[in-house]
Amino acid sequence: MDVLLFGIAKDIVGRSEIQILPEDTVPNSVQELKDFMIRKFPDFGKLSSFAVAVNSEYVEDDVPLDRNDEIAIIPPVSGG
Amino acid sequence: MQKKIIEIVDKIDTSQVFTELSDAQSGGICVFVGTVREFTQGEEVISLEFETYAKMALKEMDKIASAAAQKWNLNKVIIRHAVGLKNVAEPVVVVGASSAHRDACFEACRYLIDTLKETVPIWKKEMFENKTVWVSAHP
Repeated sequence: MDVLLFGIAKDIVGRSEIQILPEDTVPNSVQELKDFMIRKFPDFGKLSSFAVAVNSEYVEDDVPLDRNDEIAIIPPVSGG
Repeated sequence: MQKKIIEIVDKIDTSQVFTELSDAQSGGICVFVGTVREFTQGEEVISLEFETYAKMALKEMDKIASAAAQKWNLNKVIIRHAVGLKNVAEPVVVVGASSAHRDACFEACRYLIDTLKETVPIWKKEMFENKTVWVSAHP
């Protein structure tokens, strides 16, 4: 499963995309992905919040993830 | 709504916007331009760097323009945001609308920028003399 990273999420991980491998236990839902990110990269836990987008739409925590989805971590936005 | 301009660009030319929103049915055009401020909480900002998830940002900007056109009677709407490195006083975002009467475009203009700041996946990094800070990232 590939996950796109932007803004501070990219800085925390050090790359603009991460691949979650089967041996890492691939997250099945948005909530599981958030938990995975915080476990693997504790700095995610220090953010004000972060959202997840699936196929470039915001999704709620209970939404299931498919490995063919385009998944992105959306840290707090600050445009304008 | 007759025309909707939704764009992410490298550089904003603020002189275009009047022509883009000008319209025979409109008696008013209201535009907001967001620019780079030199000081943030007393600290001197050297520059700002904007990054985006373009595909999603364009979708969210389009939703905002459409929602504004539902709420108010607008003829033309623009939401244009810049990305990349921006220096002090440079424009980074332009939003605006034209409408038959001024109330609609004034209210819509505020809605466009306020909603953009809440939902559009664009991120701003402040570059100071000795550090960089992703705005709003931490509590």
